[in-house]
Amino acid sequence: MNLTLKIWRQKNADTKGKMVTYQVSDISNDMSFLEMMDVLNEQLINKGDEPVAFDHDCREGICGSCSLQINGEPHGPDRGVATCQLHMRKFKDGDTITIEPFRAKAFPLIKDLVVDRSSFDRIQQAGGYVSVNTSGNTIDANSIPVDKENADMSFYAATCIGCGACVAACKNASAMLFTSAKVSQFALLPQGEVEADRRVLQMVEQMDKEGFGNCTNTGACEIECPKGISLENIARMNREYLKASVK
Amino acid sequence: MAKSALLKSSLAKKYWMAFTGLFLCLFLVGHLIGNLQLLIPVSEGARDTFNEYALFMTTNPAVKVLSYLTYISILFHAIDGLMLTINNRKARPQGYVNFKPSTNTMWSSRNMGILGTIILAFIVVHMTMFWGEMKFGGLDETVYTTANGEEVKDLYTLTIKTFQDAQYGLIWAIAYAIAMLAIGFHLSHGFASGFQSLGVNHPKYNGFIRKLGLAFAVLVPLAFAVIPFYIHFVLEKI
Repeated sequence: MNLTLKIWRQKNADTKGKMVTYQVSDISNDMSFLEMMDVLNEQLINKGDEPVAFDHDCREGICGSCSLQINGEPHGPDRGVATCQLHMRKFKDGDTITIEPFRAKAFPLIKDLVVDRSSFDRIQQAGGYVSVNTSGNTIDANSIPVDKENADMSFYAATCIGCGACVAACKNASAMLFTSAKVSQFALLPQGEVEADRRVLQMVEQMDKEGFGNCTNTGACEIECPKGISLENIARMNREYLKASVK
Repeated sequence: MAKSALLKSSLAKKYWMAFTGLFLCLFLVGHLIGNLQLLIPVSEGARDTFNEYALFMTTNPAVKVLSYLTYISILFHAIDGLMLTINNRKARPQGYVNFKPSTNTMWSSRNMGILGTIILAFIVVHMTMFWGEMKFGGLDETVYTTANGEEVKDLYTLTIKTFQDAQYGLIWAIAYAIAMLAIGFHLSHGFASGFQSLGVNHPKYNGFIRKLGLAFAVLVPLAFAVIPFYIHFVLEKI
């Protein structure tokens, strides 16, 4: 199929960017969206133009590197997939596709479609870990009984790949779905209970410091999340935070 | 940290928004029950009953405490909302060329600020017309003694006359209905959202909370809105 692409081009953070229109032809239905981007970039390189910069790594939906706001939605029109898992069969011959970077103050643009998502790393570093004794008498994780339901919910929360689609989809550029998933995956387990209060307080504080917006419960994040992380996690974080704050 | 966490953090703003909002939902129910007395015709003693009720509502100390809590809640809810809106705008300085929020969110959830502003404007007009008249305005000259021997201001006649006015009665009723529509949409997101913000989210109860919220958002404003039209078209003229 033949497509018209409108892509955000910006040399670096200091220059002004703009939408540039490109044509690509003979795109196969079976290609992934990123493969289509590769075709475009080969075309640009052959012409001696600067290729479009975009983030990608594993290309199987587990690393959270790929981003892209496609036709007004993070990771495009399909549900439950990252951009790398989005197939070109979701589009029609002759379509015009707009491709923009994830937009948020806390995700400053580096180049073209690449944004700096290290604010997520700093939120994680603020408390998204458990202290485990590794000095010779480490306790086997399986020796601590964990309720099956909690173990499952913790696992679902932990499937968050930190891609930032929640922030990109949110009209307020809020990072609460990400932060709450990272809080939840530990809050549901006995391991790391010692630092539970400190964890939620510090992670939320870091999230606010990074300049993310406030959650207004519109639910856009949950729908656009490639891993289907539930709003239940935000409610859990709200509970955990309230509990920690009044202590 | 814990102290500022309950005042300044992003989550604190959510808690206060939810807490004041849900409190105001309770206020709406109370207000509606009072208003339903306006459906009683004057020949059945509605004037005395309603005015005595209004006197009770303005003088009873317990009601006074509740009413001050309501004023504070409205103010806090509005200021908190404004602060949230400003903060949230700042969180995305450069917007999208193509943004499709309608694919993943409800209209009301994205426009709580606009709906809230309409409601605030309504509250100002509403308070000037009825509450202001009751407290400081012309109603001082309409004081009379009811069958029970209580000296009351005639808020009943003011209300009924406003909506029965041949020239403007229907316009007021329509304006009132528009404000109730805004409240309905505001509640259609706000009610369930309040529970979520306070951490009440469980697969077992979510469906019930959402349905209760929608029922509340439809029934309460509808009941409010019907009253002025009933007064205009059906109720015995005074």
